[in-house]
Amino acid sequence: MSAATRQPVVPYRDPERQTFLRRRATRNRSVASISTVAFVVVMGVVVTSSPGWPAVHRAFFDGEAFRSSFPEIWRAFWLNVRMFLVAEPLILVLGLSIALARGLRAPVWAPLRVLAAVWTDVFRGVPTILLILLFGFGVPALRVKGLTGEVVVWGVVALVVSYSAYVAEVFRAGIDSVHPGQRAAARSLGLTDAQTSRHVVLPQAIRNVVPPLLNDFISLQKDTALVAVLGPIEALRQAQIYAEDTFNFTSYVAAALIFIGLTIPLARYTDWLLARQRKRQAAGGSW
Amino acid sequence: MLEIRGVHKAYGANPVLRGLDLSVDPHEVVALIGASGCGKSTLLKCVNLLEPIDAGTITLDGIEVSAPGADPDPVRRRVGIVFQSFNLFPHLSVLGNITLAPRRVLKMTGAEADERGRTLLERFGLADKADEYPDRLSGGQQQRVAIVRALAMQPDVMLFDEVTSALDPELVGEVLDVIRDLKDSGLTMLLATHEMAFARDVADQVCFLDDGVVAEQGPAAQVLRNPAEARTQQFLQRVVAAGRL
Repeated sequence: MSAATRQPVVPYRDPERQTFLRRRATRNRSVASISTVAFVVVMGVVVTSSPGWPAVHRAFFDGEAFRSSFPEIWRAFWLNVRMFLVAEPLILVLGLSIALARGLRAPVWAPLRVLAAVWTDVFRGVPTILLILLFGFGVPALRVKGLTGEVVVWGVVALVVSYSAYVAEVFRAGIDSVHPGQRAAARSLGLTDAQTSRHVVLPQAIRNVVPPLLNDFISLQKDTALVAVLGPIEALRQAQIYAEDTFNFTSYVAAALIFIGLTIPLARYTDWLLARQRKRQAAGGSW
Repeated sequence: MLEIRGVHKAYGANPVLRGLDLSVDPHEVVALIGASGCGKSTLLKCVNLLEPIDAGTITLDGIEVSAPGADPDPVRRRVGIVFQSFNLFPHLSVLGNITLAPRRVLKMTGAEADERGRTLLERFGLADKADEYPDRLSGGQQQRVAIVRALAMQPDVMLFDEVTSALDPELVGEVLDVIRDLKDSGLTMLLATHEMAFARDVADQVCFLDDGVVAEQGPAAQVLRNPAEARTQQFLQRVVAAGRL
């Protein structure tokens, strides 16, 4: 049969089944809406009728305090953004280098391999806030000539050190996720080990780990607030100053909203990427 | 051209090849047959140096390539291999798959590699697939691309590791046609296969592997029609009973 004579095929769907499915979908939507509204109302009543609510309302949700504290917190937040923008590329480069170092097999690289393993073990084991305190107060105290005493810089260094250990493990998982047949195929064509990593394994590995990497960066965005313990005036520190001056905690809520405003778009984007990856894998393709 | 002498290979405590001898002359097509697990795939991986051998020698044009510590890359440039599971690079287009090694290993320019890649695709009826990605192709098309990818390195010997085993029956023919075409062009080939009828048609020599050695070797028609060894007879009887010959 030639393609020209073939009739276009129209899918046939039983109208009765269609009606049933449509009705069920409508019912599901109403149940979901009703139960959501009921939940919100009940939670609202429980919270606002609690004995401490009037005090909490004054201390955390004061409109006037929000308006007066927000602009300064928003300005201070720029420091968080800068810390994030500087730390993120450094973490990617360092994390990938550590992951690659752990995969080196030639005996001459043994020290690098060991160093990479120790790095990930140690820096994943130490709480980030502790690293920030150690770097931020420890290194400037050495008063080494040529090293900056700027605590923000050492705070960022601590974030980079801590996150590079996690990101290295993410990259390593990505490299392991590439099928061994890919490496065999590349080596069988005469590509060297390094060429195989560069042109065959890494492009696939990195694509596989984009969603978990974004997840770590969502976490990094808010962990820039930990640098507040060293004293620089970023969003959390600014909110704290306001709260100490006025004995009102609304400034903390303002800072929280600013952080959420930054992290939610990235979180949604990560979810979208993951869903796309799942769909493509279900369709039989890798991408 | 290819000489395999007394090759042993074990995985852990499990011996797979046990002093195997085999030689392949220039322009000859040798088919390896035998039950699953008899060592056909292992032998091909050893010839391509993807697996190190435990004892024996493999020589290519009189040069020993299997010495421990020898650089495998120049050998792999001369010996192409095609796998059962295609192993195309999913992040590269068909043309990208084919030109990667010529560009990186043979240091061709992009334009030169592309041109030669397209010529090869045209020869095997895949010209319109050059810019597709592997996941858009049928299994038969993917395997043909994998063959073209190996041919792009202009190998002296091609190894085929049960290249039709992962294909739906109606797609087997198009891949076997490619191999026939290559035989006509005079390429030296060593192929492990379950397709006995194909082995009879295309192979000059058939080797029956059993227990890690070549149990019987001879012209295809003779080994498949009048096997001399009792274990070859038994194997072929099972194949016939399964309707595969």
